[in-house]
Amino acid sequence: MKIHEFQAKEIISRYGAAVPQGYVAKKVDEALDAAAKLPGEVCVVKAQIHAGGRGKGGGVKVSKGKEEVRANATAILGMQLVTKQTGPEGQKVKTLLIEEGMEIKKELYFSILPDRGTQKVVLIASTEGGMNIEEVAEATPEKILKEFVDPALGLRPFQTQRLAFGLGLDKFDPKLIRQASAFFMNLYNAFMAEDCSMLEINPVVITSDNRILALDCKMSFDDNALVRHKKTLELRDLDEEDPTEIEASNHDLSFIKLDGSIGCMVNGAGLAMATMDIIQHYGGSPANFLDVGGTADADRVEAAFKIITKDPNVKGILINIFGGIVRCDIIAEGVIAAFKKVDLNIPVVVRLEGTNADKAAEIIEKSGIGNKLIMIKGFADAAKKAVEVSKG
Amino acid sequence: MSILVNKDTKIVVQGLTGAQGSLHARACKAYFGTQIVAGVTPGKGGLDHEGVPVFNTVKDAVTTTGANCSLIFVPPAFCADAILEAIESEVDLVVAITEGVPVLDMITVAEALRGSKTRLIGPNCPGIITPGECKIGIMPGFIHNPGNVGIVSRSGTLTYEAVDQITKVGLGQSTCIGIGGDPINGTNFIDTLRLFQDDDKTKSIVMIGEIGGTAEEEAAEFAKQYVKKPIVSFICGRTAPPGRRMGHAGAIVSGGQGTAESKIKALEAAGIAVAPTPASIGETMIEILK
Repeated sequence: MKIHEFQAKEIISRYGAAVPQGYVAKKVDEALDAAAKLPGEVCVVKAQIHAGGRGKGGGVKVSKGKEEVRANATAILGMQLVTKQTGPEGQKVKTLLIEEGMEIKKELYFSILPDRGTQKVVLIASTEGGMNIEEVAEATPEKILKEFVDPALGLRPFQTQRLAFGLGLDKFDPKLIRQASAFFMNLYNAFMAEDCSMLEINPVVITSDNRILALDCKMSFDDNALVRHKKTLELRDLDEEDPTEIEASNHDLSFIKLDGSIGCMVNGAGLAMATMDIIQHYGGSPANFLDVGGTADADRVEAAFKIITKDPNVKGILINIFGGIVRCDIIAEGVIAAFKKVDLNIPVVVRLEGTNADKAAEIIEKSGIGNKLIMIKGFADAAKKAVEVSKG
Repeated sequence: MSILVNKDTKIVVQGLTGAQGSLHARACKAYFGTQIVAGVTPGKGGLDHEGVPVFNTVKDAVTTTGANCSLIFVPPAFCADAILEAIESEVDLVVAITEGVPVLDMITVAEALRGSKTRLIGPNCPGIITPGECKIGIMPGFIHNPGNVGIVSRSGTLTYEAVDQITKVGLGQSTCIGIGGDPINGTNFIDTLRLFQDDDKTKSIVMIGEIGGTAEEEAAEFAKQYVKKPIVSFICGRTAPPGRRMGHAGAIVSGGQGTAESKIKALEAAGIAVAPTPASIGETMIEILK
């Protein structure tokens, strides 16, 4: 689960990590009020959307004086901000963060995430702040510092200190070592207590008066842990999510919208991905990822049909179910019932394999839905058929 | 004999009396005499659940019955703790089926496994089966056939698809292991490839991977050095959009890493055959065995 920059900054400052002074604004007037409360003439008007790349997309504007704040806030609020992470339609900006301008001496990079290889939490830091960290890692890997956290000991102060020395902060001012160490430790504490999946500060800045602050903050949470963080769930911004995906999650369906024309309904995430892949292999394009999970009864199939067909691009549907515990004949009956109830007018190719697959085939043949509900035995043949019937 | 589990394995089911535990323990027991010797549900110790004695703690279950393997059907909030309890009892193998275990919980579990006597498979996995001998998990037994293809997979139903194809082309499986779809798990591809290479019964291997992480790339590197037996792999998620979690917690392309392309490239560079579609896993195996 993702949250906005302003929400992330609020959280990390509660754990003692310094952030610039700033206020949220949802209207131009509020932006002006916020700017008036900030020290100095210069402030920054920042679009609040979940995607990155806001600066390059024109969603972050340094503003000097009231009129510039007014002009920038007016321009950015309500804009459809397109960045390299939003997709071409962009994301509508409903909230701004108005932040004090800073005099920056140095930008650094810092992040925390679980490392899959070592199965430990890792802190990553670099002197190359404000840049694309993957490019830095590619070009100059020696500029990436890492500290792995021993799960039994937790993060030790000597480790955060080692990072601070590794970043050469003592060259700016010896006192920065202690300040940076505490900063990193506070962020680690936030990460662990909040069950984050990722915490990224890019850039961390050292100001001209030797303060260390998080100039930006990206925080995302482990979906599996949300059940123990009710407060975090309140930070969810539904406007940032696709409405069909929200509806699907309300029905306990794992659903991701794509932009093709063949709707998919599959049991199991791996098989669902494989089904999308094989559709593309045979020249079609998948309209969605949908994992119906372990139960594929009439109600689930009906909910799935409705969600898939909300997409006007869908010209045909491929149902691919491998029934193990779940019996294929039960699934077939569910599919028929749902098909009739939803009154679909696009072809549905059904491939059922596993327990009672043959019985399922008979049931579908006798269903009287003619050539709109087509049962195909083989995986490849079903994919080819789905591609064929979805053309035009 | 195959790897890790056989007809002599004695299994305790943590969460036996719950809906999932009940259903699947029954199915495992019915599979060629798989030995479900105990169940653990705190508060229900002393009960008989469909002929299986129930205990309050794993320690009691293991001491009384000699169970050397635990199968876990405990809800996500408590699953890590259940695994830790099993590790403390020193069973040889823990199979955790549960999906939804928080990542930081699994980091704690990973630490507990280091230096312990226990191997963990999962979480978020279908389990492990040695066809004709022992089924520890939720997979449909009937699609399997005793044979000598070792199968390892991050998936559930896609694994069954591969198993079914291998059976239908006239081969059979030595042992099938679902290592699960989570980013932090107990047994990885390298662990399993090593076991298959060292197993007399296994003559060839199927490896099913997916987007996210670098486990397949690392496995390819390992296979180059250690694995002499033929391997067929399939990687799903070529069409997955970046940055999205595709069902499995570990199936996410992030920061440009973990794409299907990079995995396929690494596998091919290691001389591992990659099936072009999920429907051609069986026929690809027949091809390379020629």
